[in-house]
Amino acid sequence: MKKTNIFIGIVIFAVLVTVPFWSVVFSPASGAAPEVSLDTPVINQLSGDDYKCVEDVEWMRAHHMDLLNDWKTEVVREGNRVYVAEDGTEYLASLQNTCFECHSNYEDFCLKCHTYSEVNPTCWECHVEPTVVGGAN
Amino acid sequence: MKNAGIALAFVLAILAVVYVGVELLNLDFFFGGVLPYIAIAVFIVGFIYRIYKWAQSPVPFRIPTTAGQQKSLDFIKQNKIENPSSKGGVFVRMALEVLCFRSLFRNSKAEVTDEGNITYQWEKWLWLFALCFHWGFFLTVFRHLRFFTDPVPFPVTLWEKIDGVFWVDLQALYLTGFLLLLGITGLFIRRIYLDKVRYISLVNDFFPLFLIMGIAITGLTMRYLTHADVTAIKEVAMGLSHFDFGQIMAAVTANDISVMFWFHLSLVCTLLIYFPASKLMHAGGVFMSPTRNMANNNRMVRHINPWNPEVEVHSYQEYEHEFHQKMKAVGLPLDWDYDEEGNQIPKK
Repeated sequence: MKKTNIFIGIVIFAVLVTVPFWSVVFSPASGAAPEVSLDTPVINQLSGDDYKCVEDVEWMRAHHMDLLNDWKTEVVREGNRVYVAEDGTEYLASLQNTCFECHSNYEDFCLKCHTYSEVNPTCWECHVEPTVVGGAN
Repeated sequence: MKNAGIALAFVLAILAVVYVGVELLNLDFFFGGVLPYIAIAVFIVGFIYRIYKWAQSPVPFRIPTTAGQQKSLDFIKQNKIENPSSKGGVFVRMALEVLCFRSLFRNSKAEVTDEGNITYQWEKWLWLFALCFHWGFFLTVFRHLRFFTDPVPFPVTLWEKIDGVFWVDLQALYLTGFLLLLGITGLFIRRIYLDKVRYISLVNDFFPLFLIMGIAITGLTMRYLTHADVTAIKEVAMGLSHFDFGQIMAAVTANDISVMFWFHLSLVCTLLIYFPASKLMHAGGVFMSPTRNMANNNRMVRHINPWNPEVEVHSYQEYEHEFHQKMKAVGLPLDWDYDEEGNQIPKK
């Protein structure tokens, strides 16, 4: 095989496997994880023991979609709107009435990570998508 | 089967090391910020080194294996792809080999019947599983670019939409991930199901199978079953892309990333380190196969072995020149005419 062809092949290989390293040069983003905002009227009023999410925050970060999926199944198929959290608190199982009550800043909360990690949740197949321009509803 | 057991034990040992490292010794930063760099460096340098070594091998002759009519007289139809005589033909043949595994498609099974007759049978399983596996793996890796780019480029998001066209429980089910697992499992079953193939299988045949199976299983588990903190994982990945060790450190200390992710990443690193030293180098080697990448033009172009020694020859032309007078005297026919000084001149 011609040496020049092998050289071209090696260059193509090197360029392809290093995509993650050189492609960031052309991107304005720093690649740092986004800061989600907890600055909403309802959250700001919470204090002390009330200042908590439905479940443990660390767990919610990785597993909120599991919770929402379970709620969906419970509510839509079983008609059960009551969710009992790990700590015994009862919540109304509802994305729009429970989650969005506190996290009323869709754009600065949900969308931040979902855009960063290119996650496309299917919430808005059934629910009404919060308007993005001009803040959350 | 003993070889398969040893290979499986190796993979399980790697998982055990990762578990101890991450869960007991808290070496998250090593597995997230050091091991991946070692792996990618070994992979790139090792890969290029192997290609460089192979490039030193002399390939003196045209030795394409052909499976069609070669270029001949005008009225005989040449099979331009199976027996290429031009660069274009070689390119098409090579593309079919690399993208469609054409030579595996030719696979057939030879058996001797009870009556003593030899029979050849259609055997496409190797081709089918290999195709599923390689394309599944490639497209899954391509989807993973979403972790290493910000913003995620359009081709990747487009492919996610196509790949995830099927929804189960309102979640996209990425088909290529399952295709990858299906393919690798099929290849593994084939290897242990066929007596002859099992007989020639070594530890280093089973090890990559288990390794890739482990990668696929941990990945699918994270994606569909246990879930992991994707934002924290992307933070680690983007830290790797930017050589930003501070960001990796911050991401692994601030978040409790699922051990499944560390299994997944460490198996991928193992694969990258193992790659250049293993049979997996066929990824680069296929392009250098002399039986595939050469045009069959032996009858059109004279190929001279570059290290042939100088051989002293005495051509017929010289012979006739030397003896033309004697030959003429006894009436032998001559190919050249000769002038008065005895110089050879072409026949008129």
